[in-house]
Formats: sequence, structure tokens, C-alpha cells
Amino acid sequence: MFLANADVRKVARLARLAMSEAEIETARAQLSGIFALIAEMQAVDTRGIAPMSHAQDVSQRLREDAVTETNQRELFQSLAPQYKGSPQVEAGLYLVPQVIE
Amino acid sequence: MTWEIVIGLEVHTQLSTNTKIFSGASTAFGAEPNTQADAVSIALPGVLPVLNKGAVERAIKFGLATGAHIAPRSVFARKNYFYPDLPKGYQISQFDLPVVGNGQLIILVPASGTRQAYEKAVRITRAHLEEDAGKSMHGDFHGMTGIDLNRAGTPLLEIVSEPDMRSAAEAVAYAKALHTLVRWIGICDGNMQEGSFRCDANVSVRRPGEPLGTRREIKNLNSFRFLEQAINYEAQWQIGTLENGGAIHQATVLFDPDKGETRMMRSKEDAHDYRYFPDPDLLPLDISDEWKEQVRTTLPELPQAKQARYVSELGLSIYDAGVLTASCEMADFFETTLAALSPNPSPASGRGEQSAKICANWLIGEVSAQLNRDNLDMAQCPITPQQLGGMIRRIADGTISNSGAKEVFRAMWTEGGDADAIIEAKGLKQVSDSGAIEALVDEIIAANADKVAEYRSGKDKLFGFFVGLAMKASKGKANPAQLNEVLKRKLSG
Repeated sequence: MFLANADVRKVARLARLAMSEAEIETARAQLSGIFALIAEMQAVDTRGIAPMSHAQDVSQRLREDAVTETNQRELFQSLAPQYKGSPQVEAGLYLVPQVIE
Repeated sequence: MTWEIVIGLEVHTQLSTNTKIFSGASTAFGAEPNTQADAVSIALPGVLPVLNKGAVERAIKFGLATGAHIAPRSVFARKNYFYPDLPKGYQISQFDLPVVGNGQLIILVPASGTRQAYEKAVRITRAHLEEDAGKSMHGDFHGMTGIDLNRAGTPLLEIVSEPDMRSAAEAVAYAKALHTLVRWIGICDGNMQEGSFRCDANVSVRRPGEPLGTRREIKNLNSFRFLEQAINYEAQWQIGTLENGGAIHQATVLFDPDKGETRMMRSKEDAHDYRYFPDPDLLPLDISDEWKEQVRTTLPELPQAKQARYVSELGLSIYDAGVLTASCEMADFFETTLAALSPNPSPASGRGEQSAKICANWLIGEVSAQLNRDNLDMAQCPITPQQLGGMIRRIADGTISNSGAKEVFRAMWTEGGDADAIIEAKGLKQVSDSGAIEALVDEIIAANADKVAEYRSGKDKLFGFFVGLAMKASKGKANPAQLNEVLKRKLSG
């Protein structure tokens, strides 16, 4: 399978990546190379083999439903993205560019 | 030619755990913004999710309660999309191997107009565990949006039905039955104002017998009334569009309660390219038979089973039993009232059945009507089961008549107090003294010789006239059954 530049543009848009035409061309070639690898794997006969969802054949360990976290809002908000030297927070909220649906 | 409306629901229920699905941060509602947003909730680099056992247990409970398949091994997947209330850039959900599959819920669609009430089975396709997102605040933040991530990571069980519903009434009955069930088994508080129970409705229309039409999804309906209004509006809109030669395109729409209409939110093709893949941070979830069976022992008697028992043990009608088991509060109220009535209930005896029936009638009739009028729910009922039981005991033993009971009920509702005190204070005690009733009847017969003669010559309809007179003479306190009996005997000469 080979990718077209349009496919790369679509994936880039879904991933919110701004890419120049030159980058798209590079990415197209690299991603196509990955597809070649996948094609090679798909050629392997896997009949009778149960699919795995994880590389390790073990199961998830569970956590008891008890509160272990304390309020660290001040610390975390001091790490928020900054604008003119101060973190973008107000009234306890993280501020982001306006979202309009 | 008619149209058939086809509806499937996706319901997000917030699970009533203490902590988030993948971290030990509290999920208590109403905390200060971001004070419950820990490193996992805000997606700091390097953190790892650890699955909450309590969330899984609740999913198992739901699966058991709907007779569903509980996957011995299920898998968490990443659902990728960008939105500021989702700091990781993906939601951890389940995709092709959900924890619960193939269940069923029996719903009771209430009577409406000339249509009788009926039961229907709605199939549940799947229920999967996932994390909730945070909340966006569009207040005054200098053109910015404020984000509160307290809700981010709250465990959700998304319950997806088959497109088995054929009217808004059926969709509402299903949503209500589901709402009852999740509270009944204690996995969700069901608080719709706080967003603990949110419905998305997939609506399409078709000519009967034809393949399914294209559906549009109405998002985030947080009341049963909006659910009904939105589906009715949407279905009519689709029918109108098709009848005018238009076509329906798959889309997500929002319901505007003020205008009572649905409007387009975003086109599907882009927004729904979620690129699901198994989350490498989480191993598959194993649920052993032992665990499943251990959870089963924690399940209460389910609404369906309770309903069947009310019919077989208490002799109630299927409909009455259905109404009484429509919520855990109602069923609890009924059972507590019954227990208050007879300290040693013997369901096998006819008397037990009789008080159960009186109890059911009062709860389904007066109590429900009064709650409705005062806009209260069962939990806010001003009358306790003990009070109601005390009153019913006095109906059953003939102390008060039905009209007397209504007066007692009104007094209990508005002023409180127990039945015996109210009966005493208002002088509602029936005259059941046979001597007194006989004397009263003798007097009436003596004073109305002409009417008595007419009655005896075959004018049966006059019986009511005598009952009226006697009741008036007793100031409404004569025991009606006894009065009838004495009147009949004496009048026939």
C-alpha cells in the first residue's frame, strides 16, 4: 500500500500538525516505508493464533477504590503554559484559547 | 403511508466510586475547580493509569443485572480527538472488547390516551468502561475558555442499546428503566442535574419493513422530558425532510430546550475519525468466574424479580407491581408500609393480599398524585410508611371509611401526625355499633313511610336515597358496608 500526499495531509490535520509541503513529502515516503513493513507482517500465516492486545501476556492489576491523592492544584497550575511570564490560570481554572462549537 | 421511528440510546452513567477510574483522586461532586485534578487527570508526562477495582465491580453488577455476557477478558483502547477538556488528546475507553455485552432490559411503557400500557424487551448491545472529560467554562476570561479537570477521569459506564425503540415514549420508558436499575443496584446516583446520567439518542425514520434509515444523533439529553421532546422534534423533522424530497445526512445534533428544536453540531466524517487502538499503558482486564459470582452475591433483588414476587405472593396485578417497582424508593416505601401494617406478614393468607392491595392502591393513587401535584419525588414524601401503614390499618379494621381515610391522608400530608390522633381529633371514627346503626335505620324507615312503600313495590333505585339519608343522619360516619347490610335487611321488611 502506498500513501498519497492527501492521506498525509488528512492524518496531519487529525493530529493537529502544521506541515509544509516538503515535510509532507518526507513523511509520505517514511510512512509508506512503514506500510511496507506492515505488509510483510500481514503476509505471515497467523491462523490459529489468538490475537493479543498487548505485547505482554499478563493482565491488568487493579487499584482499591480509595482516595490516595491530595490537592496539588497550586503546584500543577504553576506549571501551566505561560503568557507574558505568568501561568494561564484564573479562578482555579486552566485557561485555553476560546473553544467554539 | 406511515413512518416508523427507530431509536437507539447511548447512556453515560457516572459510576458511584470514591475515586477516578485510573487514579486515586476523589470524584466528589462540587469541589473547587481543579482541586481533584491530580497528575493523571491533567495528563502530566510520564504518569500511568491504574484501573479502579470499584469501577470494574460496578460494570460487572450491571452486566449481571441485565443478564449480559461479562467478558472474561476485555481491553482498553484510546479514542483520539482534540478538545481542551481532554488533556491527553485521547479518551481511554473500550472498543472492540467491551466489559459487558448482549444484555436485555424489560421496560413498561405507560398507557397513553387510548393505548394500553405494555411491556417490551430492549436489547443492550454493550456496556463499556471509560473516563469522563473535564468541563469547559465559557465565562468572562478575556476571550479565553476556563477548564476544570475535576471531572476528568471520573468512571463512566456507557450503555448502548440496540435500535429497538419505536417511539419517544418507548425511549423514555427505557431510559427510566435504566435509571431505576443503575440506582437500584447502587452503581450510579442517577443525578441528572449533576450529569451523572446523560442520554444520547440515535434517531432515524423509515417506511415499515424497509431497511434502517440514516440516523442523526442527539447529544447530551439530561432530562427525560428533553429526551422525549428532542426525539419527537427530530423524528418530525426527518419525516418532513424526506416527504419534501430531501435526504437525511448522518450528523450530530444538539437539542435546544428553549426553542424545542434540534440543530446541527458538526458533520460526522471528520469528528468521528477517532483512530481507536489498544492502549499500551493498560493490560487486558481479566474477570474471573469467582469474582463474578462474588459480585453476584452483592446484588439486591432486582426490579423484575420483585415485580414477579409481588404478583405471585401478594396477588397484585402485573401493572401495579410494575409501578411499585419503578424505583427503589417506591418499592422500599411499599414494603416498609406493608411491614408496618402487619408485624408478622403472612403473604399466603388472604388478609395479607388484601392489605397489600390497599397499600398498592394508596401508593399508586393518592400518594403518587399528591407527590406529582407538589412536584416532589418519593424520597421527599412528607408521609412516612409508618404513618400510611397506621392509616391503612384503620381502613382495614373498619375504624374509618374510605372518605374518612382521604381526610386523614390530607391531614397527614399537610400537618403530619399519626392516623389515630387525626381520627380522634377530627371525629372520623365510623359508627360500627350495630345497635346504633339499626336505630338510625329504624328512624329513617319510620319517617319515610311513602318511600319505603314505593321501594317495597319494586322501585329498587330508591335504595341510594335511603343510604344518603342514613349517611347524612350519621354525619357520614356510619360504616358503609354495615349500613348497606342493615338497610337492605330492614327495607325488605
